[in-house]
Parts: sequence; C-alpha cells; structure tokens
Amino acid sequence: MRHKLIALAMLVSPSLKRAILLLLMLSSAVVAVEDVVSFSDESLRPRYQQLLEELRCPKCQNQNLADSNSAISQDLRAEVQRLLERDLSDDEIKEYLKNRYSEFILYRPQVNRATWFLWAAPIALLVLGGLILLGLSRRQKHRHSEKAGTTMRSDDQQQRLEALLGSQKRGSE
Amino acid sequence: MTAEFGHVALIVALCLSVVQAIVPMVGSFAGYRTWMRLGHSLALGQLVFVAISFVCLTMAFLQDDFSLQYVANNSNTLLPTQFKISAVWGAHEGSLLLWALILALWSAAVALFSRHLPLELSSRVLSILGAISVGFGLFILLTSNPFARILPFSPTEGGDLNPLLQDFGLIVHPPMLYMGYVGFSVAFAFAVAALIGGQFDSAWARWARPWINSAWVFLTIGITLGSWWAYYELGWGGWWFWDPVENASLMPWLVGTALVHSIAVTEKRGAFRSWTLLLAILAFSLSLLGTFLVRSGVLTSVHAFANDPERGVFILAFLGIVVGSSLLLFALRGPTVQSQKGNGDVASYSGLSREMMLLLNNVLLVSSMAMILIGTLYPLIADVLDLGKISVGPPYFNFFFVPMTLGLMVAMGFAVFSRWKKTDAQLLRQKGMIPFLLSLSAALVLPLFLAESLSWESYSLIAVITLGASFWVVSMSIEDLWQKLSRRGFRWHNIGKLSASYWGMQCAHIGIAVCALGVGLSSVYDVQKDVRMVPGDRLTVAGYEFSFDRLDPVQGPNFVASRGQISAYKNERLVATLYPEKRNYKARNQVMTEAAIDPGLTRDLYVSLGEPLKGDAWAIRLHVKPFVRCIWLGGLMIGLGGLLSVLDKRYRRRRQPKTQAAETTLEVAAQ
Amino acid sequence: MNRLTLFIPFALCLALGTFLFFSLDKDPLDLPSALVGEPFPEFVLEDLSDPQRQLSSDDFDGQVVLVNVWATWCFACRIEHPWLNSLAAEGVKIIGLNYKDYRELAQAWLQERGDPYQFSIFDPRGTLGIDLGVYGAPETYLVDAEGIIRHRRVGVVDERVWNEEFRDLYKQLMDAANAP
Repeated sequence: MRHKLIALAMLVSPSLKRAILLLLMLSSAVVAVEDVVSFSDESLRPRYQQLLEELRCPKCQNQNLADSNSAISQDLRAEVQRLLERDLSDDEIKEYLKNRYSEFILYRPQVNRATWFLWAAPIALLVLGGLILLGLSRRQKHRHSEKAGTTMRSDDQQQRLEALLGSQKRGSE
Repeated sequence: MTAEFGHVALIVALCLSVVQAIVPMVGSFAGYRTWMRLGHSLALGQLVFVAISFVCLTMAFLQDDFSLQYVANNSNTLLPTQFKISAVWGAHEGSLLLWALILALWSAAVALFSRHLPLELSSRVLSILGAISVGFGLFILLTSNPFARILPFSPTEGGDLNPLLQDFGLIVHPPMLYMGYVGFSVAFAFAVAALIGGQFDSAWARWARPWINSAWVFLTIGITLGSWWAYYELGWGGWWFWDPVENASLMPWLVGTALVHSIAVTEKRGAFRSWTLLLAILAFSLSLLGTFLVRSGVLTSVHAFANDPERGVFILAFLGIVVGSSLLLFALRGPTVQSQKGNGDVASYSGLSREMMLLLNNVLLVSSMAMILIGTLYPLIADVLDLGKISVGPPYFNFFFVPMTLGLMVAMGFAVFSRWKKTDAQLLRQKGMIPFLLSLSAALVLPLFLAESLSWESYSLIAVITLGASFWVVSMSIEDLWQKLSRRGFRWHNIGKLSASYWGMQCAHIGIAVCALGVGLSSVYDVQKDVRMVPGDRLTVAGYEFSFDRLDPVQGPNFVASRGQISAYKNERLVATLYPEKRNYKARNQVMTEAAIDPGLTRDLYVSLGEPLKGDAWAIRLHVKPFVRCIWLGGLMIGLGGLLSVLDKRYRRRRQPKTQAAETTLEVAAQ
Repeated sequence: MNRLTLFIPFALCLALGTFLFFSLDKDPLDLPSALVGEPFPEFVLEDLSDPQRQLSSDDFDGQVVLVNVWATWCFACRIEHPWLNSLAAEGVKIIGLNYKDYRELAQAWLQERGDPYQFSIFDPRGTLGIDLGVYGAPETYLVDAEGIIRHRRVGVVDERVWNEEFRDLYKQLMDAANAP
C-alpha cells in the first residue's frame, strides 16, 4: 500500500518527492541506530572505554567514569572524548586530567617515589615466599640425607643401627 | 514497648557474655569442672537473649515504629514486608545486631557440638567467644544502639530503605557473609585456646576442621551472592570492583582457603602447626579489620555504612586488643606448640610432595591477600604520611591477582595429583601428559570457535590462558579420579570408597576452574553497545537482534518507573523479552536503574535504560556477556565442595568418647 | 620458624594499627587541588552580566582575589552567600565563576541575594571548571597578585572556614602585594 502511494506521489511533484524521501529517511527501518557517543574513528572507542574504566570520578564514593552518573563524570567523559579526537595518546590524556584533578583521578597509581612500595611489595612477597619454599625443601632434603648418614659406631651398633634404619626407611616410604 | 524488651534483652546478653568470658576460662586453669561446664549453658542463654533482641527489632520494623531512630531512617510504610524484615540489617546498627546474633549462634553451636572435646578446651573456646561477644555487645550498646528513640516528636513516616537495597540480594547476602565472617571466630577461638593450653596436636586439627570448613563455605557463598547481586542490581553489568568493602570480604576468604589447606597438613602429617594457628588468628582478624574499614569512614566505598569517627576509635581499640593480644600470645607460646612431639618426629617431606604443594598454595594465597591488603590500605597510609591522595583501583589489583591466580591453578593441577611425603616425578610426568596436551589444545583451538560464534575478530591470548588453566585443573582432577577408580582394575564400586572429603575437594577445585573460565571469557568476549533508540528501533549486537518495542509508565509499591520492553532475537527466532526499568523511589526521590537480564549458561543478555534523551529516545545499554554466569556457578560449586568435606563421616560424633583419643592416635599412626 | 620471626605478625599488627589510628581524622574525599602553586588557568569567557564583554585572567591580575565557584542549582551556595557578601563589604575582592548554569537564572539569583562579586565569569559548559579541577559547587580559590593559586576549599566557606583556612594567608598575600 505504501509503495503504491509513493509511486503515485512521485508522479505528482518534486517537492512532494522530497518530502517523501525525507519521511522515508526518518522511518526507523532505514535509519541506523546511533551510538550515544560517536567517534570520527571507531578505533578510538575501545581506548575510550578503557580510559573511562581507569579514571576515577572525583566526587563519587569509589566509582569510575564509566559507571558514574554524576554531572562531573558526564563532563569528564565528554572531555576524554574530546581529547581522543584531538589525537592525544592515552598517557597524555591521563596526564592532562591528572594536572587538573591530581593523581586521585587515576585508578592505576603511577610508579613514583610515593608509590614504589605499593608496586614493589607484592613482588617482594612472592620472591620471599619462593625463597621460603626453596629453603624448606632444601632443609627437608637435608633431613632425608641426614637420616641416611651415619657416624662412627662399633660394628655391632652399626649393624643394629642399619637394621633399624632399614626398617624405618621401608616403613616411611 | 517491644523496643524496650529488645534493649533489655541485649543488656542481659551482654552480662551473660561477660560471665561467659571469665568464668569458664578461670575454671579451666583452676580445674573447677562446674565452672567450665557453665560456658555451655551461658552460650545457649546468650543466644536466647540476643535472639529476643533481634526479634524485637524486627517487630519494630513490621509495626512501623518510627519512634526508633533506626527504623525511621531505614523503613517506610510503603516498603514491602520482605524488605522491612531485611531492612533490619540494612544499615549500621541493625547489621551489628545481626553480627551479635550470628556470633551467639556459632557459640551455641560450639556449646552443643563439643561434648566430645576435652572440657578444658571447649570451656576456653567458649570463653574466648564470650569475650568477643562482650566487645560487640558493648559496641552496640554504647555507640550503635538500634533501639535509640526519637522523642518527643517521632516522625510519622520513615526515610525508606535505600532503593539499591530493596532487593532479594539484601535478604540473603549479608546473613551468609556474616555467617562466614563470624564463623572464623570459632577457628580463632580454637587457635587461641590451643595457645593458652599449650596443647596442640592432630586431634586439635580434627576437632577444629569442620568449624573452619563450614565458616569457609558460608563466606564463599556470601561472596558469590554479593557479586551476583552487584551484577544484576547496579545496572551496568559489573560484578567485582575491588572496592574496599569487597576486598574486606575477599581477604578473610583467601586466608580461610589457605587455612583449609594448611590444617589438612596439620591433621594428616602434624606439620605446619604454628602456621595453621597463625592463619586461624589471621582469618578472623581480617574479618574484624573489614568491620573497621566499612564502618569507620577511613575509606570511601559505595558499600560503606554511615561513618562516625567515634565508632571508628571503638572498633580500632577492640581490633587492637583482640588481634594484638592473640598475636602476642602466638609469639610467646608459639615455640611450645612447635616443639610438641605428639605423633613421633616432625614430618619430613620431599620437594614434590603434597605438603610442598599445599605450602605453595599457602604462599600464593597469603601473598594475594597481602597484596590486596596493601592496595586497599595504601591510600590511607599515603594520606597519613602526607604523600598525597592516591587512588588504587582495579588496574592495580587485576595486575597482580590474575597472574597469582593463574599460578595457583597451575599448581592446583599438580597438587591434586600429588601424594603425601613424596610424589613420584616420573608418575606425575606420565599421568600428567594427557591432561597437559588436552589443555594445550583446548586453549589454542577453542578461541577460534568462540571468536566465530561470538562475532569477534581477533584471537584472544587471555582466552587461551584462561582455557588452558581451567582445562588443566579439570583434566588433572579427572585424571586423579580415574587413578583412584582404577586401583586394582577399574571398578565402579570404587566410587563408594571415596570419601566425602575427596568429592568435596574435586568439586571445589573444579568450581575454581569454572569460575576462572567465567571470569576470563566474559572479560574477553563481552560486547557492549550504548545506543540511542526510539521505540521501533532495532540493533544487532554479537549475533542477537535487539528490538526496542515500547516504553510504558509503571507504578510500583513505593516507586514510579518507566519500563521498556526490548525483545531479543537470534536467527529470526524470539529468544527473550526484557523489561528494564528506570525507577524513581518517592520517599528519597532517588532514581535507580533496574537492569533486565536473560540468563544463560553460555551467555547473558543484559539490557539497561540509561537517560531519556530528546523526544521519545532513550540511551540504552545492550550487553551480550558470554559465560558470565559460570562465575557464580563456579562459586556455588566451591561452596558445595566445602560442604561435602564438612559432611565427611570422620567428623561425625562417635559413640564412645572414651576410646576417642586412642582411635585418633592409632589412625594417625597408620597414615 | 624461629623465636624472633614469630613476633613479626605482632609487629606488623602494631604498625598497621598505628596507621589506622592516624587515619581516623583524615577525610578520604578531601582532595587537595592539583593547581596549588600553579598559575590560574588561561580562559576566555563571557561576563555573566554582559555577554559582549570577554573576560580573561588579566582582568584580575595584580590583585589578590578569591574565585568562588557557584551556581543556582547548588543548595550549599545559598548558605555560603551571606558570608561572601560580608567579606565583599569588608573589601575582599571576590570573582564569581558561574558554573554550568543558565544566564537569566543566575542574574536573577544575584539580584535576589546580593552580588559580592567584582564580576562573574559565565562558564555554562564547565570548561574553565575542568581546567581548574572543579568537581562540584561551591568551591573557592585564593589567587595571589601574581595569578598563582594558593589555596582551594571544596565546600561552603563560612566564618569558621574563613578564619581557619583563608584569613591568615589572605592577609599575608595582601601585605606582600601592597609592599613596595
């Protein structure tokens, strides 16, 4: 039915043609659904998402820019978008915001004099743990070999000792 | 009037706990059996009175008694009944009363199920639990009284429960979580009692183990529920944010897991004694630390209760006394415990033994916990040291936690297969070859298929690693099961020979693999689109076509909302109809997003309404989240695994308590 | 574990407890400005009362001023306004920064409540706000005669806050500015 009307209208007048084309463009079947946030280059979008997750909303109770609905978060999201369009790198954008909102806004703490302990401690702990494991396993090996080793004893004692050790070894393995 | 009853009952409970803290302990030193036995009846009595108090508070909510400050702040006449009940623990004062109730419950449980323990030990355990109850009782009565009244002008209407909390999650998550937190107090009490008594052996480990495991099960399920709740409630599809309050629950869990494994070594081989004691003290200390962090206002969190420095000082003092004195006791009495030669010589074990594997497990778990502790507290420490206001968020925690967990999973595969004292490296290599190859091929190949079906262009390394680790754990576990079933030729009835403990271990480990799979795959393959739609629009996301059908106004019991109807199609077939809402809760004039989810094992469809835009349009967020449900499925499996091991028949009470000790030593010697 | 290592947990606990104790009177959301010690950001924006007039930081250069971020949607700004009026009456030069607001509403607000400002900068999109690190109104910056930001307060500036945080520094800066 629509097709027939359109065909009829097309025959009638140019302005009507224009009007119909406009209507067609506005009908949802033809128009693509838009992203709320659009980029000139789609490759910016994953960077945008990533940055929003790494930046903190300055006034919220611990939320990132992606999840917060506060006014400042909306503004900062727009700002991040603007900066991405201006071709700044991720680090430059973070630096830009850090200069205005202090390092508080960075969820990934920078590595500097104030945070060296924060970044080094877990690694140090793992190393320490590894050393303890090594140390213990060496001590255990030592204990094993100690049990096997003997000191100077009389032959008789030696025989009895060996007999005892022999049975103990068999029993414990 | 009910409020006064509740208040008085609480005071009585406090008095009982004071007596419980002192008398049985003194009795255990002096040898007065009546004094020692008193602990049992006192614990039961305390439960009765705390329960009365709790019921009174609940009644106040149900009766809309707004003369109580706490009820006025957290309830409303229009609030649905189930939320009036759960509002009891929806804020600070009431949740503390829930703590006290659960503490009384665990103490009573210890009193009831400890007939087979030596009276000296059980009386000390109950005294220590009593002392903790005293601390909480005082805290509630002095600084956080839920029964405080607003007089003479009581409001006629309440401020309503925070809309985010008006949900099923509030009904189940805090009670489960507190059962876990508080449950570790029992392990704590056992550890301190052992240090006081200087008597610590495999029998102690056998007695303590079911208590530790059950607390751990509750905490596991509590955390799983919390994550699931955040996912469907908060409206943007996240399920873990490394928020200080979330970390406060994960840290005791990590230590608890280390404890569950460490105590196995102590029970079976008599090794790691001091370490196990330390872990038991540490687990509960972290629970208490969590309580402090959440209620003192020193850290910002979406979950934090209303803060008050006065409360902070009290909790800190309590924390200092409890943790400080127990750690001091540990340092002083530790050597006594160590040098015990209960069952022969100190155990020896080789490099590839089960003991070593469990030690590795402990190192990784405790390091993870320490990392999370440092990360959570660093902003605080930096502030005190005037280093500035630093934020530590998910990027930091994920950076360390992910590799540590991967390391743990790799070790888990080996560990399941390891044997006490010594594992034959040859055998391990031989039996491990098939699982290794299977995991490697699954890891490399599956991402290709996943990528295709989920419309993702790139091949993901993270998916490879996740799949590899998960398959490794599962296949090694199955390999071990196969080994056990194949002893002396494959027999299905060998299954009957496997203990509940063994099934528990398998279930829990496989649960970890499932959970890790969910975490890894959903982070890699998650597709999200924030779009502007008007009714009638359609959009295809990751193979699903979403159609924004309509938007209707809706009236709820205490809110008004705009409800959208969005249909999801796959291959032209209707898969789900989703109804996301944007609600405005009248009492607080607070706007909330209620997401609509179509759950599935292989994927969740997650839709939420953003903001209304010009005209009829709305900003709508469409997610396709593959395998996200595996996270909580895995969590439940882990909990189930723990439950199975609690039910193992060797923890059931025996008929003849007299021969208990003899049996224990014989059994241990035979292993 | 030998005797001494057993004391490590206790020692760590003491250290942690000490930190926690001192953290109790710190406010985790009280952010220091990243711009203290830095020059006031460059800007070109309209005057609130006169759309034709363009303002920049030159317009208050050479003077010690307070820059107060305010808006009609901000409830706390109404609480702080009387004190600002009295400060202005005493001779303190205050520049207003009307943040993310509507011109007509803002002008009416000032007419109703008094205008303590030398002039108000009209920042409807919050661009200067972002450059300053503003995250909510009211905020107040103390800028010295060379145009360097010396202090920032997030929240209401009333008599108590003025006395505690601003007064002495303001006097110091004024003396320095007036000294030959």
